[in-house]
Amino acid sequence: MDDLYRDEILEHYRRPHNFGTLESPDASVEGSNPLCGDRITLMLAVGEDGRVEDVAFTGRGCAISQASASMLTDEIRGRSLAEVEELTNQVVLDLLGIEISPARLKCALLSIDTVKKAAAQVRGAGDAAGA
Amino acid sequence: MGSMTALRPLDPVALRRDFPLFERDFGGRTLAYLDSAATSLKPRAVIEAVDGYNARYTANVHRGIYTTGEEATAAYEGAREKVARFLNAAESAEIVFVRNATEAINLVAATWGQVNVRAGDRIVLTELEHHANLIPWQLLAQRTGAVLEFIPIDDEGRLDQAAYAALLATAPRLVAFTAVSNALGTIDPVREMTAAAHAAGALVLVDAAQAVPHAFVDVQAWGADFVVFSGHKVLGPTGSGALWARRALLEAMPPFMGGGEMIREVRLRSATWNDVPWKFEAGTPDVAAAIGLGAAVDYLAAIGMENVREHERGLTRYALELLPREVPGIRLFGPRSADERAGIVTFTLPEAHPHDVATLLDRDAIAIRAGHHCTQPLHERLGEPATARASFNVYSTTEDLDRLAAGLRSVQRVFARSA
Repeated sequence: MDDLYRDEILEHYRRPHNFGTLESPDASVEGSNPLCGDRITLMLAVGEDGRVEDVAFTGRGCAISQASASMLTDEIRGRSLAEVEELTNQVVLDLLGIEISPARLKCALLSIDTVKKAAAQVRGAGDAAGA
Repeated sequence: MGSMTALRPLDPVALRRDFPLFERDFGGRTLAYLDSAATSLKPRAVIEAVDGYNARYTANVHRGIYTTGEEATAAYEGAREKVARFLNAAESAEIVFVRNATEAINLVAATWGQVNVRAGDRIVLTELEHHANLIPWQLLAQRTGAVLEFIPIDDEGRLDQAAYAALLATAPRLVAFTAVSNALGTIDPVREMTAAAHAAGALVLVDAAQAVPHAFVDVQAWGADFVVFSGHKVLGPTGSGALWARRALLEAMPPFMGGGEMIREVRLRSATWNDVPWKFEAGTPDVAAAIGLGAAVDYLAAIGMENVREHERGLTRYALELLPREVPGIRLFGPRSADERAGIVTFTLPEAHPHDVATLLDRDAIAIRAGHHCTQPLHERLGEPATARASFNVYSTTEDLDRLAAGLRSVQRVFARSA
C-alpha cells in the first residue's frame, strides 16, 4: 500500500506549500468536490507581465486533494495565465506520480479545476477593464 | 410478526453461504463488506427469483391473457402481498412499488404536497435527514411558498424533543423524519413523534430506508401516514422499493406520473384513474426487481427481524468497544449506547481524511463508506466535511470488525511514516 501514499505526498499533505491567503489577490476562487466535501479556496496575484506572481490556497480534504494543490501551486508560480489555462489534467497526475483510481480522480483534479477558474477570472476581469 | 418467540441467535457465518459475493476472491481473502447502509449484498434466493422471472415466465403484468402473463402478474402482486405482510400493512393495496425511497418521497411531495401544501404552511424536517428527505421538500417549498423548519440534534445525534414540541406548536402541515439516521445510526422514537404530530394536526412521513433492513417495522404500530423504503438495502434488487400509505390518503392523492397502467378509461382529452395502488404505477414496472424484493423479505422473515436486530446490536456494541481500544485517537459519532442505534458506526481518524482511510482499507479488501453520506447539513453540524462509516447486515461478523480495526491501525502507520 505504500506505493499509493508515497512519502512526498504525505509530506505535502502534512506541510502544504503555499498554504494561506493573499492580501490583495487578483482572483479568489472556491472549489469543492460535492462527493466528499473536499474544499479549497485558491488565490492568485498576477504581475504586470501577466505571470503568476504569487499563489496561495486554504482548504480541507484528503491527502490526494491537498497534496495536489500544494504541488500544483508550486508548479504555476511564474507561469503566464495562458500557460496556466492550458495545463492538462495529466500535469497534476504526473506531479502526484501515483495510481489514482477513478473514484479518487475528482480529489486529484480539484486543484487544477480551481486554478484554471482563477486564471480565467483574472483574464475575464482584465478583458472587462480593457473594454 | 411481532411475535413473542424466543430470540434465536443468528449465525452470520452460516448465512454467508447464501451470498455468492463471499465466494469471490479478493487477493486471497473474502471481502469485509461494511457498507450495507449504502446497499446490501443479495442472497441467492433473491438472485434466483429475479432470474426465474427473466428466464422462465417473462411477460408484462396485468395484460397478458396467456400462461406466462398470468404467472408474471401473480408473482408481481404476490410480492406486493409479501411486502405488505412484512411491514404489517392492513392491506396490500397500501403498498405502491417505486424504484427507491427517494422516488417514494418525491411521489408524496409531488402529489399530496401539491394539493395540500399552501404558501406559509410549515413542513418540519430534522438535521439528520438524508438529502432524499430534504430536497423534495425544498422543491415543494419553492413551488408553493411553504416554510421548512428543522428539529435540531444534540451532540450524540439525538433529536431535541423539546424543540420538536415547540415546532409542533406552530401547527405544521407535515412532519417528515428518518426512523434511523443513515449517517449516525440514531434510532428516532417514531411512535411518540408520530402521536405528537397527529395531536398537533400534522401528517407524518417516515423515511424507513435504514429502519426496514435493521429492525421490525410495523406501520400500523407506528401510526404514521406515509412510510418509505428502498428494496436494495433490504437484500433486494436495485430498482425496488415501496411507499406505504393509508388507503384513504392514496385515494385522495392525484396521480404521480401519467401513462399506461395507471388509467381506467382514456379519451383524447381526459381520463379516469385506476384503483390504488396502480394509480401510482404508470408504465411497465420493474417486475423483476419487485419479485426479487418479495424473495428478500421472505428471506428476512424466515430469519426473524428480532434476531436481525439482536445480531446488529451485538455487532454495534462490539465495534463501539473495539475501535476506541484498538485505534488510538479515533472519534466516534452518534449515541454511545448500542441500544440507541442501528448497525451503523461512523468515525474519523485524527491523522487521515476518510477518503484516504477508505482507499487504504480497500487494499486490505475492506469496504467502508467515506464522505458525507448524502447528509451535508448534518456534517456541517458535526463540524466535519466528511466521515467514515462502517455498516452491517445479517452476514456481517465480528471478524469483519477485527479486520477493520487492524486496517485502521495500518492506515495510522502509513500516515505516521516520516512525520
